[in-house]
Amino acid sequence: MNILFDERLDGELVRRDKTEVLTDLQQAVPSLTLLHREEDLRPFECDGLAAYRILPMLVALPETLEQVESLLKRCHALSVPVVTRGAGTGLSGGALPLERGVLLVMSRFNQIVNVDPEARLARVQPGVRNLAISEAAAPYGLYYAPDPSSQIACSIGGNVAENAGGVHCLKYGLTVHNVMRVDILTIEGEHMTLGSEALDAPGFDLLALMNGSEGMLGVVTEITVKLLPKPETAKVLMASFDDVEKAGRAVGDIIAAGIIPGGLEMMDKLAIKAAEDFVKAGYPLDAEAILLCELDGVEADVDDDCDTVRRVLTDAGATDIQQARDEAERAKFWAGRKNAFPAVGRMSPDYYCMDGTIPRRELPRVLKGIAALSEESGLLVANVFHAGDGNMHPLILFDANKEGELALAEDVGGKILELCVAAGGSITGEHGVGREKINQMCSQFQPDELSVFHALKAAFDPLRLLNPGKNIPTLARCAEFGAMHVHNNELPHPELPRF
Amino acid sequence: MTNTVTQTADGDIAEALCDQVREAHASRTPLRIVGGDTRAFYGRPVEGQALNLAGHSGIVDYDPVELVVTVRAGTRLSALDAELAKNHQMLAFEPPAFGEASTIGGAVATGLSGPRRPWAGAARDFVLGTRVITQEGKLLRFGGEVMKNVAGYDFSRLMAGAQGTLGVLSDISFKVLPLPSASHSLRLSMGIDDALKKLAELGRQPLPITAAAWHQDELFIRLEGGHSSVKATRERLGGDDLDASFWQQLRDHQHAFFTPSEGQALWRLSLPPNTPPLALDIDDADMLYDWGGSQRWVKTSLDADTLRDACRTAGGHATCYTPYAQGGAQSPFTPLPSVVEKYHRNLKAELDAQGIFNPGRLYAAF
Repeated sequence: MNILFDERLDGELVRRDKTEVLTDLQQAVPSLTLLHREEDLRPFECDGLAAYRILPMLVALPETLEQVESLLKRCHALSVPVVTRGAGTGLSGGALPLERGVLLVMSRFNQIVNVDPEARLARVQPGVRNLAISEAAAPYGLYYAPDPSSQIACSIGGNVAENAGGVHCLKYGLTVHNVMRVDILTIEGEHMTLGSEALDAPGFDLLALMNGSEGMLGVVTEITVKLLPKPETAKVLMASFDDVEKAGRAVGDIIAAGIIPGGLEMMDKLAIKAAEDFVKAGYPLDAEAILLCELDGVEADVDDDCDTVRRVLTDAGATDIQQARDEAERAKFWAGRKNAFPAVGRMSPDYYCMDGTIPRRELPRVLKGIAALSEESGLLVANVFHAGDGNMHPLILFDANKEGELALAEDVGGKILELCVAAGGSITGEHGVGREKINQMCSQFQPDELSVFHALKAAFDPLRLLNPGKNIPTLARCAEFGAMHVHNNELPHPELPRF
Repeated sequence: MTNTVTQTADGDIAEALCDQVREAHASRTPLRIVGGDTRAFYGRPVEGQALNLAGHSGIVDYDPVELVVTVRAGTRLSALDAELAKNHQMLAFEPPAFGEASTIGGAVATGLSGPRRPWAGAARDFVLGTRVITQEGKLLRFGGEVMKNVAGYDFSRLMAGAQGTLGVLSDISFKVLPLPSASHSLRLSMGIDDALKKLAELGRQPLPITAAAWHQDELFIRLEGGHSSVKATRERLGGDDLDASFWQQLRDHQHAFFTPSEGQALWRLSLPPNTPPLALDIDDADMLYDWGGSQRWVKTSLDADTLRDACRTAGGHATCYTPYAQGGAQSPFTPLPSVVEKYHRNLKAELDAQGIFNPGRLYAAF
């Protein structure tokens, strides 16, 4: 895939001389830290999708809201694109810079403004790390629920931009379910508060729209999140299966028993081996798949649920069931799962992480499809799966130094996502579209739907200056990549030139 | 897992609805979007040709094991609730019904949620995907039928609460949840200050509380969850038993409280949790606290500005439930700050350029 911004397909960008923009911004916002030398820009050339790198024209590191506001106003006046970046841990290239754009880095906004244990709310700046919120709330017996695997490093601003998930989504929701309020700056530098510390706000639910909008509609400057009381207890069961499909069916059986686990994760043999080699989590190396099922809540209920789940797992054909004996063992079981990505990273020079979602019932069919793609391409695929909510993370192993392997991995990845769409799912459950899945958006949505997205964008940013080229493909791009929906057997937009 | 219940009912009139929208678009005819027509009291009156969704009904797909149901907008809430209950499941946001004819489309369009809202989430939190008829009369699909989906903008959740002003909700997919295995409701005698203090204290603990209301020196609490925790919490909190129908009456405004006296209007105050009682000249008997104190119903003759100023100072807002024609406020919803309003207008202009979808229902200007 051609990851670089392609004006022919992604829309024209205004040409501005770098020195002219630098001078303009320096004069308009003298106190603002602006990086412009190549060696200073280099660390910002990619986010967590490190295979793709582009040097931004400039990097801005504001420390005050006034600086952000002035920067946006100048960029708007000059028609210079702005790509907002948090901690840079995103996996879909949502913060991939533009060579003709300013990279707005919000990492210096790293203060927890206030934790209110009575109202169970925390007000934080966007650069605060996800885990830091739970740490600040811990003395009050509270925590922030969404826990993406990168929670130790990822920022809450980025979580809002991507509508980040984690291993506890089925029960506790995604970022959108846990954010009460955001303050944003528009591309025109206007301040706007969306949502409220109350449970709703008048007008359209722009707060919901802002979550997952990938920095395309505004720049988040402050976030108020909901805090939850820490469950009294959390217990983890680990079940081994000699067959991946049996494990998949067991997931449905648990839900059918009326239980919503706090976390319900599945890993296949390759992922189990990788994790075990890396963190010695105590995983069974002879199993074809394991399920990790965490039950949390009030002690007495959790004990009842553990009994039910153990029975369901046995009936589903589990070959072994272990319950973590104590908190240390529970942490160990989870460590294997939470470190699955880096663990797989040790097995192979490079890996490519996918993020498709499917209805759970389609799991056996999609896993078979993935196995076939793996065999056909000769690339190994390890499967890590938020099984409870149907979010798959196939990890495609490859070596970028081998001629053609990156392209092959991308090709396999694209086909996996198309399998997910065909199964009634989505190309991304929690990582976002970013730049990475821009072409696959053409298979998930038809042109008229993409046009509605463009209309939403136009309502906030008609000049398309905020993160252009991400999230929503142009119709020209979809026409070029041919993956468009063919609706009622009519080729959409016959008037568009096909390159 | 092939536990799918597919009910291709006779109620798919999406094509006819699209045709009507196309004609309205061409002739710039305003449309008044109607389901069961039980929510017309909510929001400003709309003048327009009726676009009737009541005939667009039926469950399109329901797979209890996937925790997902897809329904046509005109499906009655009672029918959907019954089908879910058969499988020991529910819409966890407890959508209010204002009559037997109340539909799921109206429930999502108005975005209203019942007593479980603070603990389970709002209507929009359970919307996974929608089919929407656009201004050009096209039926488009947004979101999906899976738990997690962050592809594209979350247009489906934006539709929740937009009251049909941005497009016509045709089909909606929801996340559903299992019915709790145990439930118990109780009442405790205490004043509002003590009640709020108690709720704040209980709120910091992992207890199976799923509803909390206060009225006339009584705190009403619902416990739902596993048998063990409900039993333990019930023993701990004490109090007298409360009939569970209380919550349904509260949800649907059938409780005796919801009948204003002559000269009074019914208002909903939405406030941050833990907001102390507002300094407003309203009798205790004319106040009912729900949502653990975050949603307060008041019957009053006070004017809109007085109520809204008090709410704004506390970080909330006020909505009038009594229609203007019956003595309610002319603007039922709190006016928006100018920048926020600008982007509302932009959205309306983009998605409904001719102003055909429920014009003026939310605000006079759009």
